[in-house]
Amino acid sequence: MLKTFDYPKFDHRPSADQQSGEVRRHPVIVVGAGPVGLTAAIDLAIKGVAVVLLDDDKTVSVGSRAVCYAKRALEIWDRLGCATPMVDKGVIWKTGKVFRGDREIYRFDLLPEDGHKMPAFVNLQQYYLEEYLVRRAEEVGVEIRWREKVTGVDTAGNHVRLPIETPTGVYALEADWLIAADGARSCIRRALGLDFMGQAFNDRFLIADVVMRADFPPERWFWFDPPFHRRQSTLLHMQADNVWRIDFQLGPDADPDEEKRPERVIPRLKAMLGADTEFELEWVSVYTFQCRRLEKFRHGRVLFAGDAAHQVSPFGARGANSGVQDADNLVWKLKAVLDGTAPEALLDSYDAERVQAARENLLNSTRSTDFITPKSAVSQAFRDAVLDLAENHPFARRLVNSGRLSVPAVYADSPLNTKDEDDFAGTMPPGSPCADAPIARNGRPGWLLSLLGSGFTLLCFGDAPEPLKVGAVAVDLLTAGRDFEDVEGLVAQRYDGRPGTVYLVRPDQHVAARWRAFDEAKVRAAVNRALARRGRRR
Amino acid sequence: MKLNTEPNIAQPDDFYQELIDLHRDLSEEQSRQVNARLILLLANHIGDMEVLRAAMQAAAEES
Ligand SMILES: Cc1cc2nc3c(=O)[nH]c(=O)nc-3n(C[C@H](O)[C@H](O)[C@H](O)COP(=O)(O)OP(=O)(O)OC[C@H]3O[C@@H](n4cnc5c(N)ncnc54)[C@H](O)[C@@H]3O)c2cc1C
Repeated sequence: MLKTFDYPKFDHRPSADQQSGEVRRHPVIVVGAGPVGLTAAIDLAIKGVAVVLLDDDKTVSVGSRAVCYAKRALEIWDRLGCATPMVDKGVIWKTGKVFRGDREIYRFDLLPEDGHKMPAFVNLQQYYLEEYLVRRAEEVGVEIRWREKVTGVDTAGNHVRLPIETPTGVYALEADWLIAADGARSCIRRALGLDFMGQAFNDRFLIADVVMRADFPPERWFWFDPPFHRRQSTLLHMQADNVWRIDFQLGPDADPDEEKRPERVIPRLKAMLGADTEFELEWVSVYTFQCRRLEKFRHGRVLFAGDAAHQVSPFGARGANSGVQDADNLVWKLKAVLDGTAPEALLDSYDAERVQAARENLLNSTRSTDFITPKSAVSQAFRDAVLDLAENHPFARRLVNSGRLSVPAVYADSPLNTKDEDDFAGTMPPGSPCADAPIARNGRPGWLLSLLGSGFTLLCFGDAPEPLKVGAVAVDLLTAGRDFEDVEGLVAQRYDGRPGTVYLVRPDQHVAARWRAFDEAKVRAAVNRALARRGRRR
Repeated sequence: MKLNTEPNIAQPDDFYQELIDLHRDLSEEQSRQVNARLILLLANHIGDMEVLRAAMQAAAEES
């Protein structure tokens, strides 16, 4: 289908469950092998949970969807052992340029800070991303059942029951817990009759992926009102294999079938790229988008994640990037509940933390949309005024909104956090994801985030306390100077790690608590709090 | 800071005339654009979100 990519073909193999003729129960079933379901399933398998992943398709994401993956998503995939091929295959970019008409009015640099293993952004076609995730899922023992379509959900009783259609007939499964990662049109969301609140936008956008040898730098170029596409916007972004993503705003009245025809698309591209630029069309599609979310992501034993739970506009690259953070947030909590080390109430914090993150993403994405496609004459006038001023007046550049790119969620108000009682400088209050930094271990260079295990960790500066167990939960110790060398001093700097300082880090690498001195009772209380274990003293 | 709605412009008639002159010979569309740019420039100069909010509210209340 594509010139640069061969879609893998996954077969349906009837499982022992299906052949048994019985309805079998699994601890966790994940529905949807998109980026989010795959990420959740890999994390579960690595944590030792037997997981079944159902997907109704027979291949990876078809056509043109996500392009940009942000550092936090890459760090999560690195924790799961699959970021390397993504970074190797993907295109790393740092500069964004904003044009109006034929003039560059402003540029931004992502200013990636040195001393992080992962780059600020990587551009990669979604089908490659999913291919790498599928490979990793198979390596770690996820049982993926392709071409199995979930057609409903029954939540009566203390488990979930799923009817499933396959090419070789129907069967049913039960699960103690269900992760619904079945995408924007989630059948599980519909089967439960849940409201998807928000706004649909009627502007249409045309995606053209072209293969090009031209000499464009790996930068994000965004045009307002370009000479080749008057009164609309256009985005150009480089992907792997010399494939370029070009995104034309078409307005609300465009006819999608008409716009997709090569006779329409090719002249547009020629006008944009110049008559002499050689290119081949790889993919064309027309899309509209929505900004919506579920009110709650947890519904008893059904946990919604990714596009099934929330949908944003593509401006800002917040879709997959936030969905992957859903998985990261959910899986350790589910594991603790399955192990009996945390009450089910811990899963309500998934809802609290990720609904807050979705709100933030939706706010950003809706604002970008309103700037790019103004909805009224006055909104258009202010948008144009901002662009008029941006070239000569620096303040106005900050108002130009061609998409506010995905940043990691900080769970500042989470009930799992223990509030700071000491003074800290820097940007790592409880709820923040841990910053990476270069380290050395046994004389070999490495990265701090790679040393954070899959459980709770105490990151210590100065003397190491004794290893600690809080109930059945082991807390790993990671001490600067003993377990690793802070070779460039960046760990101490980023964590404001004066001697004596201790950070309690959650399994998803977010800070749960921090103190200027180790106090066993306080650490125990903070671990209990981070596991939603109320009133525990031990 | 609070929004200052007491007289603050030394020569109010001069200011008013210049504001009207600014729009002389402009089409309605051009005037709308000039006004939008003007609001943005002034808003940035003020900077204080509390003042800006109070001004937006005061402006809306009169309609
Ligand atoms: C034009 C465009 C550009 C984008 N750019 C970016 C970007 O740059 N960065 C970014 O982060 N995001 C981007 N996104 C968003 C991103 O593509 C989505 O957020 C992401 O794919 C969501 O992943 P998911 O796993 O939640 O859902 P999906 O990827 O939709 O996966 C859902 C899976 O569930 C399966 N499924 C559905 N129903 C059933 C069923 N009943 N039974 C079994 N299986 C089922 C489907 O086959 C599918 O495999 C973009 C989207 C678009 C459209």
